[in-house]
Amino acid sequence: MPKVIYIETEGKKHEVDLPLGATFMEGAVQNDVKGIVAECGGSCMCATCHVYVDDAFLELLPEMEEEEDEMLEGATAERTPNSRLGCQVRASKKLDGIILRVPGEQ
Amino acid sequence: MKKRVIIIGAGHGGVQAASTLREDGFEGEIIMISDESDAPYQKPPLSKGYLQGKQSAQAILFRSANYYNDNSIDLQLGVRVNAIHSKENQIELSDGSKLDYDYLIIATGACNRKLHFNGKKAEKVYYLRNFSDAKVIEEKLDPAKHIIIVGGGFIGLELAALAIEKGKKVTVIETEDRLMKRVLPEALSKVFYDTHKEKGIEMLLGVSVVDIIDGKMVTLNNGTILKADLVLAGIGVIVETELTENSGITIDNGIVVNSFQQTNVANVYAIGDCANHYNPFAKKNLRLESVQNAVDQAKVAAAHILGTPFEYNAVPWFWTNQYHLKLQMAGISFGFEEAIIRQSPQPERFSVYYFNDGKLIAVDSLNRPADHLNARKLLTAGISPTKEQVQNFDFKLNELLTD
Repeated sequence: MPKVIYIETEGKKHEVDLPLGATFMEGAVQNDVKGIVAECGGSCMCATCHVYVDDAFLELLPEMEEEEDEMLEGATAERTPNSRLGCQVRASKKLDGIILRVPGEQ
Repeated sequence: MKKRVIIIGAGHGGVQAASTLREDGFEGEIIMISDESDAPYQKPPLSKGYLQGKQSAQAILFRSANYYNDNSIDLQLGVRVNAIHSKENQIELSDGSKLDYDYLIIATGACNRKLHFNGKKAEKVYYLRNFSDAKVIEEKLDPAKHIIIVGGGFIGLELAALAIEKGKKVTVIETEDRLMKRVLPEALSKVFYDTHKEKGIEMLLGVSVVDIIDGKMVTLNNGTILKADLVLAGIGVIVETELTENSGITIDNGIVVNSFQQTNVANVYAIGDCANHYNPFAKKNLRLESVQNAVDQAKVAAAHILGTPFEYNAVPWFWTNQYHLKLQMAGISFGFEEAIIRQSPQPERFSVYYFNDGKLIAVDSLNRPADHLNARKLLTAGISPTKEQVQNFDFKLNELLTD
């Protein structure tokens, strides 16, 4: 199972193994990572599962759909080139060890 | 003495109340009681990802299995609260035992309105509300070939969409002359109607059901008789008042609360679908059946208990997903004077902006998620774009939001 490392705003680290295909949002919620709100339950509706992906993994991510791109424009915390919505990216072998930082606001 | 909060209900409101209390430093006891046997889960995916087979039961849980223990939240599943004795600060459980509380949060939600004919409840008609309902429907859907859905609202149409995508024959029956009439303007009803028709759904509008026999034979008011293998219905919800009867808590279309979610009994709160509150965005008293309302009211009740009160003043928002159509609603458009369409170059991507007295009151966005998020911000800040700005697709509405 691919490993995902979540880093909460205050620095608390969660190293978790996610089943292949689970979204980073689901992984965060099921492992009680603080700061991933996921109000809509993964429908790409609310932009409250915003994460910053570590630079080293940016290139490996699947391309963003237009919808996610638009939602990120409306996210509460600042959008950076590292921004993704956790509900739109899934755990895979390629992304094993990925580091995701949780923004201060959702 | 440590204080004790009892939360009745473990839906979006109940779980949020418990976690906000803990995260914001409540040190007393938290007991959360649910009459369902399933670990707390999210409801919206039931009529979408879960029944589509895209999200597992595990994937729709709110929290990990350990969360409640780790955070000293005493989660009691499969337990019913039979009565509230607000004078004694006590509730009575289904096994006859009693529990004292310092604060009580009622987050019991709503339940489905059921079809009745000739004074009797229609048999073998299935409704979706809880996870247990979803499991029943999942099992019934599988062998069914022709499905009749009574009600052309959000739930009925979400079920219709997923059923036809499973290759079923689907008929939708709606009393009104168009879909989702209670909440949507004509232009949006039409897009959904056309899409459902294109997908092959038989739409019967402006007719009502007068009888259903054995969950298979449906008689309409125009005399037509339809046969199906499965009848589902989504015809709205009601709030059960049984629990609050004789409790000393004021009931009027749900449980009446003030802007801190308190009932007439100061240490008893009500949140979510069951709470009749004054909504500043609707400018009237109402109940809202939505995730947003449950979650935000939970935060208000928790803050009041923690001694850091703030009034409920959150922009209402809702959504529905049907096929590729994603509809997001912000604010309450009820009673609008003028509706202005902001059309993108693509026909199925637009937003409707509702105005009263020249002021923006609500926005419905079809496949325009950025419009929706901006609308929530504009409404929260009380900023109105002009009608010309709305109509001008090149004008960026988020520029009106200056931080």
